[in-house]
Amino acid sequence: MSQLSEFHSIQALGEALRSRRVSAAELAADALRAARAHADPNIFLQIDDELTLAQARAADQALADGTAGALTGIPIAHKDLFVTEGWRTTAASRMLEGYVSPFDATVVRNLRQAGAVSLGKLSCDEFAMGSANENSAFGPVRNPWDAERIPGGSSGGSAAAVAAGLVLGATGTDTGGSVRQPAAYCGVSGIKPTYGTVSRYGIIAYASSLDQAGPLARSAQDLVPLLDAMSGFDPQDSTSLESCDGRPNTGGRIQADFEAARGAFQAAGQQPLKGLRIGVPREFFNEGLAPAVGAAVESALQVFESLGASRVEISLPLTRLSIPAYYVIAPAEASSNLSRYDGVRYGHRAAQYTDLADMTSRSRSEGFGDEVRRRILVGTYVLSHGYYDAYYLQAQRVRRMIADDFRRALADDCDVIMGPVTPDVARRIGDNRQDPIADWLGDIYTLGVSLAGLPAMSIPCGFGGDSGRLPIGLQIVGRYFDEGRLLALADRYQQATDWHQRTPELA
Amino acid sequence: MALTEQDIARLARLSGLRLDSNDQSRARQELDRILGLIEELQAVDTTGIEPMAHPLAAHQEIALRLRDDTAEPAQSAARRDACLRNAPAPHEGLFLVPTVIE
Repeated sequence: MSQLSEFHSIQALGEALRSRRVSAAELAADALRAARAHADPNIFLQIDDELTLAQARAADQALADGTAGALTGIPIAHKDLFVTEGWRTTAASRMLEGYVSPFDATVVRNLRQAGAVSLGKLSCDEFAMGSANENSAFGPVRNPWDAERIPGGSSGGSAAAVAAGLVLGATGTDTGGSVRQPAAYCGVSGIKPTYGTVSRYGIIAYASSLDQAGPLARSAQDLVPLLDAMSGFDPQDSTSLESCDGRPNTGGRIQADFEAARGAFQAAGQQPLKGLRIGVPREFFNEGLAPAVGAAVESALQVFESLGASRVEISLPLTRLSIPAYYVIAPAEASSNLSRYDGVRYGHRAAQYTDLADMTSRSRSEGFGDEVRRRILVGTYVLSHGYYDAYYLQAQRVRRMIADDFRRALADDCDVIMGPVTPDVARRIGDNRQDPIADWLGDIYTLGVSLAGLPAMSIPCGFGGDSGRLPIGLQIVGRYFDEGRLLALADRYQQATDWHQRTPELA
Repeated sequence: MALTEQDIARLARLSGLRLDSNDQSRARQELDRILGLIEELQAVDTTGIEPMAHPLAAHQEIALRLRDDTAEPAQSAARRDACLRNAPAPHEGLFLVPTVIE
């Protein structure tokens, strides 16, 4: 057991650090040992003691100087999609094996400036393409609740590291569900904020109109300082927002909204959520939903009702079509983004070739894994002459209809939308190997939110599967820029339940 | 609509990918399946709907910021070397590629 395992929240560890009962350097050294000793060597793609300990010593200095913040000395780790100076960045691809970035991603820089100590780089699906972490070129990650099962993806290493207690927080990215789905499968909390609130600068691009970073942690309360530090306008990202409905997009926004909502809930007494209308989309409870998942989500809704909220049935009629819309738009953007890997400026170069074009195509075919090649081919197809309008523009039209359905529901019928994150619990490693499209269909409840750019969370709400020991997630979707209130709602639920406190060892 | 071998070869070329004959037949099967899935979009009546490229376009006016088209001051040679460190074949501040014109 590491020293870190004695602390169940960022707040508790932060208090111990600020009162100097714990030193950041000792804690980091201990956390590095625990990460190295952990049963799954594939969670971390790189650990570098010296880089981590230098950050920890800086944290101790800030603690001594009295300049420490909420995250000073808190051990975290980064999905390997975020570029880092020092640690290598591979996007879990052979293409970028050994790549060292000349700069830090804005998210990485923001968290470092907030005092967080990074333990290293976490595995993910190659270029964030996948829902199982099996597409990593460096081996699958195992679910800490059941070593035979996937942790989900693409931020599978991030979710597994938090669930295994190796870090108190981790960065992830969510393009079609890649924070929410692994959070659900690993029994941790995760949030994808509104598109444009967190900078994409230094996040290796997959699908630029969908990619958005978000943190994973043990509880909603722990997500608050992480997301708050990550967020903010960044001139280096052309889609970064300067303001959120008239308010500046800066650090402190999410923290303030969270505290205001939590204060209002506390002041309301026995029925803290009185007046809150929860929209429950009937399309999220179709025949594809596993009974255990449906039952766990139903129980969670009843907890919210007992806290004063009311439930309204809503309809998101295009839910099913979010799958083809997403799997046109995301591959189209991927095929364009990944054209930069040409074997010239960085990345893998084939050893033998005849000419420039041969060098490029050999390098790309050797460097990319199956799923990446597949999505590049699909994206190239839907963007090619004669199909652009029929597939790509049609998908973008359906995207607008999906976004309008969400907007209408959240404007007219309800204040928040809740439902399952996934149709079932985590599957076995290797199960869908013969059918690469099967996993795509499992993204049905998360893709619409991504297409609409809305903020959404996953929090633990029960267990299922044959063993009854596999975590289930509740999805909570808010209005644009509603991150603080969503986190406060999730926090209120977590005050009334203990699903988020379960850990694999104690299950 | 089934894809032909020629379709796959053309797609591979446009994608900058080299597929051997095994890869090609597998790609053909998979793409047929995927196109069957995305074909579902054709059944939606989208008359009068504008394509949406930015996810917040349903919520607010979107104007992407453009930078001024001005040259940045040259950075140090050390910075250039740091950027070239990842190149497969750098040479005196340049990227080497196979001969393009004899």
